[in-house]
Amino acid sequence: MKTTYREAVRAALRDALETDPRVFLMGEDVGRYGGAYAVSHGLLEEFGPERVRDAPLSESTFVGAGIGAALGGMRPVVEVMTVNFSLLALDQIVNNAATLHHMSGGQLSVPLVIRMATGAGRQLAAQHSHSLECWYAHIPGIRVLAPATLEDARGMLPSALRLPDPVVIFEHASLYGMEGDLADDAGAVELDRAAVRREGRDLTCITYGGSLGKVLAAAAELAREDISAEVLDLRSLRPLDVATLVASVRRTRRALVVDEGWKTGGLAGEVSAVLMEQAFYDLDAPVARLCTAELPIPYAKQLEDAALPRVETIVAAARALLPAR
Amino acid sequence: MTELVEQFRMPSLGADMQAGRLVQWLKAPGDRLRRGDIIAEVDTDKGAIEIEVFTDGVLSEILVPEGERVPVGTALALIRREPAEGEAPPTPAAEAPSAAAPRQRVSPLARRLAAERGVDLARVKGTGPGGSISAADVEAAAGTAEDPAVRMRRAIGAAMARSKREIPHYYVSTAIDMGPAVEWLSERNRDRGPAERLLLGAVQLKAVALALREFPELNSWWVEGAAVAKPAIHVGMAIAMRQGGLVAPAVHDTDRRDLDELMRMVRDLVDRARRGALRSSELSDGTITVTSLGERGVDAVTGVIYPPQVALVGFGRVAQRPWVVDGRITPRPIVTATLSADHRASDGHRGGLFLARVEQLLQEPGKL
Amino acid sequence: MTTDATFSAAVSPAEGATAAHQIDLLRTMLLIRRFEEKAAELYSAGKIRGFLHLYIGEEAVATGVIQALTPEDAIVATYREHGQALARGVPAGAIMAEMYGRANGCSRGRGGSMHLFDVTRRFYGGYAIVGGGLPVAVGLALADRLRQRRRVTVCFFGDGAVAEGEFHESLNLAALWELPVLFVCENNLYAMGTALGRHQSQPDIARKAEPYGVTSASVDGMDVLAVESAARQAAESVRRESRPHLLEARTYRFRAHSMYDPDLYRTREEIERWKLRDPLILLRGRLESQGALPAERLAALEREVDTRVAAAVAEAEAGELEPVEGMLDDVHTPPAR
Repeated sequence: MKTTYREAVRAALRDALETDPRVFLMGEDVGRYGGAYAVSHGLLEEFGPERVRDAPLSESTFVGAGIGAALGGMRPVVEVMTVNFSLLALDQIVNNAATLHHMSGGQLSVPLVIRMATGAGRQLAAQHSHSLECWYAHIPGIRVLAPATLEDARGMLPSALRLPDPVVIFEHASLYGMEGDLADDAGAVELDRAAVRREGRDLTCITYGGSLGKVLAAAAELAREDISAEVLDLRSLRPLDVATLVASVRRTRRALVVDEGWKTGGLAGEVSAVLMEQAFYDLDAPVARLCTAELPIPYAKQLEDAALPRVETIVAAARALLPAR
Repeated sequence: MTELVEQFRMPSLGADMQAGRLVQWLKAPGDRLRRGDIIAEVDTDKGAIEIEVFTDGVLSEILVPEGERVPVGTALALIRREPAEGEAPPTPAAEAPSAAAPRQRVSPLARRLAAERGVDLARVKGTGPGGSISAADVEAAAGTAEDPAVRMRRAIGAAMARSKREIPHYYVSTAIDMGPAVEWLSERNRDRGPAERLLLGAVQLKAVALALREFPELNSWWVEGAAVAKPAIHVGMAIAMRQGGLVAPAVHDTDRRDLDELMRMVRDLVDRARRGALRSSELSDGTITVTSLGERGVDAVTGVIYPPQVALVGFGRVAQRPWVVDGRITPRPIVTATLSADHRASDGHRGGLFLARVEQLLQEPGKL
Repeated sequence: MTTDATFSAAVSPAEGATAAHQIDLLRTMLLIRRFEEKAAELYSAGKIRGFLHLYIGEEAVATGVIQALTPEDAIVATYREHGQALARGVPAGAIMAEMYGRANGCSRGRGGSMHLFDVTRRFYGGYAIVGGGLPVAVGLALADRLRQRRRVTVCFFGDGAVAEGEFHESLNLAALWELPVLFVCENNLYAMGTALGRHQSQPDIARKAEPYGVTSASVDGMDVLAVESAARQAAESVRRESRPHLLEARTYRFRAHSMYDPDLYRTREEIERWKLRDPLILLRGRLESQGALPAERLAALEREVDTRVAAAVAEAEAGELEPVEGMLDDVHTPPAR
């Protein structure tokens, strides 16, 4: 079946609304408007305003209400328009959603799914383009997912809804229009494992979300130079699938982490540190990181392009890890 | 402005040489250097070799410490050339930076492999990012980290295997009456002590060298698909090492030395080869090889060409044999000379003519 | 004013409260008072650590409001929530053990004084980020609405929280979506050390409900009968109409904000003046004037409460320490649940 990433997420939402009466959608413009990225388009008409709820611009409160509703036995799916806006709800996510199970000595659980768009590449400047996945990945008590493929766009949501704890799902905004084939019976996917999206021998390129496509393109280019790059899609940013990560790097001996977040204090650093701890004696070159330049994302196209990891910079970074030829 | 500081690099001492270990610096910073001075001693797969400078100047800085193994082409030292007419003297700022040699970078995997295989990292040259030592470098070095005899065996094996793999050998032999040469030598040596005596080997070398003047296709190197005739004749002389293995240092300009000079050179080469004090140019410059196993009692030697050379002459022992002279059988001292030649560079016809020329030259030793 | 006339003025005391009921209220307030006095002593002795925010002086608010709830109703509280927990029936021993950080604490030593939870009593805990509990209460009410359960969620918060955006967002959302939340503002006049008049342009908190179309009332938070009466009417309305209500209880804390607070922002005279209206004294005086609380009855009540507090301390003292090996057990819900 030909579909898009957007339609795959919508199919997952529709499926959840159809099969579980506890599920409802809540967020800014998810109903009448159809979703800022048109993900929930048509669902209000299908399921009605009780289950597809347009929320006021009160990120903290509608996310907190999602937490409360989850405590009250529901399975809310809350959409926050972008990760930048989610900072207004950070208190609820970090101080409440992530802590309640623990703080209550295991009495409470918060089965809440929060979806948000992330990432740059659309000339939306410095308040709509950032990749703050690592802020959430820092927090114990929540799970953080980054679907990068149609299968994961379709399958991560139902799996997340089966979990008893809060899950934050980051959908890179540049992926919504991505087209491809999806099996007619596509459904829930497992969430624990990173995926090898391309096998290789000479180095492992580790990435996730919106950067996966660029890294795969870079790997294809590297193959023309007879450099065999393995591409690893993290999928879950918290917890990290350390076993798969380490196994791949042990095989290839070299690692390049490509992350649209900033380098300083970021996920790429976390991945790198994991490799230092668990694969140090298997490394044949320092772990390399390719991240977004250390600046707020600029508006002008050439500046934004220059700030982000690109296919050619990924190729160059990979090449630099390998012996001179 | 002409660059007045030159890098002195690890020389290539043979087509198969990839790296050398700097055993000892024989000059210190500040020493004056003349072209041809021995500046250092380098250990190679084939043994220790003295390396010489080709520049007049002053040794300004040593870049590679003793004990370190570096690949061919690595800058070993900086030599400040003496300014020629019109050249400005170097200002201090123009001198190369004199920072201490940076700490060698070794990947964790390479370090682990080196520990497991007992490889001395100081002997490994890095080809990884930023010149760091990678696992592959250690693996390559692991093969050369054994005792020198084993290393030499491996190097000979590599060269000979390459020779037999790549070079289409042909062989021609001829039996040569050494009577005139033996008689001439005994006359020459009559009043000399053992150390000054001329040996038959020197006579054979000279005969081969002179014959080569007329057969440039045998005094050639096979380089990148073509034979390149060498302008000078430097006959390499195979010398067996006591611990096993062999080297074939070149006797430079063999054809232009008189026999006494040649004999001195041969003695010196044998002595230095066994001390491990050969010069780099001696190991790399040979244009043909002569090997003589007469002392081992063999009748004939059919040798393997040492690439990139294209020919090798083997001499067996000189033995009294029945020989027909003027229709009568008479005992004569006979040697079998065998030419192994690269068919890509020459044909048997020319090889035969070459041996005939060698024979002819040996009949008139006084003219050698 | 658009506020409902029924709740527009301070609600008068429940006329019909029986003596027995009033003694029950006194017992609860006395338990809270003695329990906290003991907690302060144990804090000074180093048995209790972390922050300890005492409710002393405000007992009438929790005691009165919780009278209005059924067991199915939910409570969201703040970091000053010993009173709510005790009034809701969370065992004193489990609370004291929690403050001791013991395995038999109501949060198994993970929460401490500020984070008491008891899901069986729908006590959804103490929230220590000011204003942070309000959206959660809204969500609990949303779940009830979606599941069509006629329940009330009571959300306690202080006067400091009305400066937070979440207060306004929550009132708006609860009104907009017609959610059954009873917002109870415990106005003790100080946001930590900042007096109400120094942080609110409109210090009449009940009036802040008006722009959101939320009914509201103010009540004398030192009079437990008045609080109970107002809370009963409010809760009934919330339950019936499935709409939020804001009840402001004007009260005062007699102790400092927390144990480590020199109380420099209030005068001794102000504190002493409020102590004249101590909710325990007010209720005791009323009972005594009715002849319903003979001295021996009061003494018996005191002994009973002292015994319960002593038992709670003993329970906490006897509690085991949670094993460090199990430290990570409560970060995520086990899959089997």
